[in-house]
Amino acid sequence: MLTIQFMPHASIAGMEPQERIRKILKIARSESIIVMEGRLKREEEAELIKATMENIDDGFKGIELSVTYPDGKRETFGQKLRNGLAGILLGARQGLTVIGPSTLVKEIKKDPDKIRLLTTEIKSRRKP
Amino acid sequence: MINVLHRFISKVFRDIFKRKKHLRLGLYGPPNGGKTTLANRITEDWIGEKMGSVSKTPHETTTINLKERVNVRSGKKEISFSLVDTPGIATKIDYEDFVRAGLSVKKSKRRAKDATRGIIEAIKWLGEMDVVVVVLDSTEDPYNQVNITIIGNLEARNIPVLVVANKTDVKKSDVKKVQSAFPQYDVVGISARYGNDIDRFYEALFALVG
Repeated sequence: MLTIQFMPHASIAGMEPQERIRKILKIARSESIIVMEGRLKREEEAELIKATMENIDDGFKGIELSVTYPDGKRETFGQKLRNGLAGILLGARQGLTVIGPSTLVKEIKKDPDKIRLLTTEIKSRRKP
Repeated sequence: MINVLHRFISKVFRDIFKRKKHLRLGLYGPPNGGKTTLANRITEDWIGEKMGSVSKTPHETTTINLKERVNVRSGKKEISFSLVDTPGIATKIDYEDFVRAGLSVKKSKRRAKDATRGIIEAIKWLGEMDVVVVVLDSTEDPYNQVNITIIGNLEARNIPVLVVANKTDVKKSDVKKVQSAFPQYDVVGISARYGNDIDRFYEALFALVG
């Protein structure tokens, strides 16, 4: 069973970096995909890789990490200004971070139906 | 505005380096980008010896390799570097990948363990560098989170970065794609294996720190 866990920024904003990384890895180790509002600091991303390496064993092979930022290059001046202001006001809440255990991501790449199955399941649950 | 700020910071660093005679130069990047091939090219060019062994199997370099006093010249300038070749940084290590690359299960498990230790060491050393060359395989997609993380981390530590788009001798090489992925950095296309455009690499390195 594939699970996706949404992590609002508020749920980790008050944590120390090490605590935040521990929480992320704990979820990733439980074979779940994390969709996190915002992003880690640059230094924290490197720390996450380091902590991931320290956790690798026979059952856990690492993570796949993807961070989306507002695309500054393709933005118009107005969009840049708006995103600049959003950056000041929201800080690390901008963007989206997706982290998943590498073995699970590999399985999904091999068999994209896993994701389709999940979305179908969610849709059917939503129907009254 | 960001470009002006970037140029200002670069100038401040250049001024600092003008006073500093010896620099620690780190080679960073994902596995199989050609870091050790470039390290060997540099040491062969300037001290006449190789630095490490190269292989097509990923994570051949599993420890930090350091070569002190590599005096590099470009034009009339000379800078002494401590050259640091680092293990490739990755977010995942699966021993089965090494089995598929032809190693025995026992050797693959050992290589996987060594590779994880190497990545931890490489990250620990990040802050010790005066300047970093990020070596990317220009035949691969540069929009990779590991590349972005490495470069972003160096940026956060105010460490000057030169991006090398390696393996230009391979038909699939796309230096422009690397340039468009990292437009705020100098990107030099080279073939570390055959030495193509290596002088341009030294010039760009000196322009950054010389």
